[in-house]
Amino acid sequence: MKNYLLKRLLVAIPSLVIASVIVFTLPRLLPGDAVQLMVEEKAYGKDIDDLRAKLGLDKPIYVQYFSWLGNIARGNLGESLWTKRAVSEELARRLPVTLVLGIISITFAILIAIPIGVLAAVRADTLRDYAARSVAILGLSVPGFWLATLVIILPAMWWGWTPHLSFTEFTQDPVRHVVQFLLPGAILGIASAAAIMRLTRAMLLEVLRQDYVRTAWAKGLDERFVVFKHSLKNAIIPVVTILGIQLAQIFSGTVIIESIFGLPGMGRFLFDAILQRDYPVIQGINLLVVSVIVCMNLLVDMLYAVLDPRIRYS
Amino acid sequence: MANGIEAVATAETFPHRTWRLPSAVAGLLRFCRRKPLGALGGLCVLAMLVMAAGADVIAHYAYDQSIPGARMQPPSSRFWMGTDNLSRDMWSRVVYGARISVTVGFATIVLGTLVAAAVGISSAYVGGTYDIVVQRIVDAWMSFPYLVIILSLMAVLGPGLLNLILALSLLIAAGGARVIRGAALSVMQNPYLEAARAMGSGHLRIVLRYVLPNVMATIMILATIGLGGVILAESSLSFLGFGVPPPYPSWGAMLSGSGRSYMYRAPWMAIWPGLAISLAVFGFNMLGDALRDGAGPAAAGR
Repeated sequence: MKNYLLKRLLVAIPSLVIASVIVFTLPRLLPGDAVQLMVEEKAYGKDIDDLRAKLGLDKPIYVQYFSWLGNIARGNLGESLWTKRAVSEELARRLPVTLVLGIISITFAILIAIPIGVLAAVRADTLRDYAARSVAILGLSVPGFWLATLVIILPAMWWGWTPHLSFTEFTQDPVRHVVQFLLPGAILGIASAAAIMRLTRAMLLEVLRQDYVRTAWAKGLDERFVVFKHSLKNAIIPVVTILGIQLAQIFSGTVIIESIFGLPGMGRFLFDAILQRDYPVIQGINLLVVSVIVCMNLLVDMLYAVLDPRIRYS
Repeated sequence: MANGIEAVATAETFPHRTWRLPSAVAGLLRFCRRKPLGALGGLCVLAMLVMAAGADVIAHYAYDQSIPGARMQPPSSRFWMGTDNLSRDMWSRVVYGARISVTVGFATIVLGTLVAAAVGISSAYVGGTYDIVVQRIVDAWMSFPYLVIILSLMAVLGPGLLNLILALSLLIAAGGARVIRGAALSVMQNPYLEAARAMGSGHLRIVLRYVLPNVMATIMILATIGLGGVILAESSLSFLGFGVPPPYPSWGAMLSGSGRSYMYRAPWMAIWPGLAISLAVFGFNMLGDALRDGAGPAAAGR
């Protein structure tokens, strides 16, 4: 297992390096006149040379990359062209909002997906199974921004009630602070719930066909015991591995959902930065998010090895 | 499909002849019976394609036509889906919106799948260092949340239909390349490939005659499932204002922007475009799922 973990780490590092190159390349794809435009429209620099220096575009490309990496290693992500504040500072302020939102939505997704997935597998090819699968596909199909819009508009129309769209700090009102995350968190979690449910069903169906499950049945064990104790434990392992992908999905959703619900998180910050063409911020967020996701995937894979002692990776 | 329609026409021309169902129609019926949900999805897809192709006939008004005195009218026999804050007929706009989704969807899928197939098959066939490097790049690319990377790309490329299609196809290509590589690797285990090599076939011939046809099923299924995802991504980007510029109606854009403040008084402005997106994506997902189940685990690629 030590070998496996080491190998997995060796795979993660190149991914991270390549990802950093992608992030680094982004503003360098900007055509020169776009930089000129940024000077003229946004007054991001005194003149084009000044802005090129701020964007780090003024030295040979390999020098740029390594000095950029060096700065990052020292926690310096540059400063926002728009607010003139350090990017790392801005990110630190917004990260908790997105983290809470992400944790709520993944928890919500797991809580509804696994029971329904188990039910759909145990009662495969019955009406209940069809219903669960259809609802899951529907969950993958309905755009989050539409659900969010409906959740805001319909109650307002029917009962004159709208969810709070301004952010409440924890220090102001702890209860409202937590409550304001629930609705957006649930909406964000729906697509992930659908994906997790489908995988749970597929994996559990596979396990239920195994000989040892038939043996468990033949021993006359209770259904609950067979399903939860014998089968689910083995079926759930692959489900754990897609949680990393789901987190990436959820972060995509936060870009839209945070904007709609007025939550000052990283997703909304990214969107604003893109509208302002604030490249240091765009780079900073990209780098942070991709690092978190690569680390999560690494963690999940390690968990995989711990959960399933049968696996001996060669 | 065209075969099926022709065959039905023949059967109607000779009503007294005893005839057997032509194989295309029989196949279609069998698919409907075995996969009712898939057939339902196919129906949604068909409805969308018809709307996109026949928008000029189906829509009652032009998509950007203001109708005097018809501002924010509720749905009625004249305006099936009501009108918006600029007095435009929602039904006509939803119908024309299908065109955007279909255009972006198919263009992206064709481009993305071509790149995915080229990268995936070459990665499997060449192997070695090339394979490892390509796979690491795909890994890194897929570590980005899709909206983050697409929005960042759009910030560099600038908005517009072509840039939208380019950015979305890059997204499709990465995920697709990995699945197609897997399928190609399993095809390459077959003895007939060894036979072809023994007969002296060149690399290009082996790839085009033996590998490509055998991963075609995977590619087609991937494309069908991918279409739903692309339409959803397009609507998200349009919602955020990075899609097709107004006044051309994209379903996502119809839900955003200046219209949002009017939606409290005219909720039909919010309901129909979202429903259209959901049904279109639902259709492709259902159809793709049914096709994948039908093709067996080998073609599923996972």
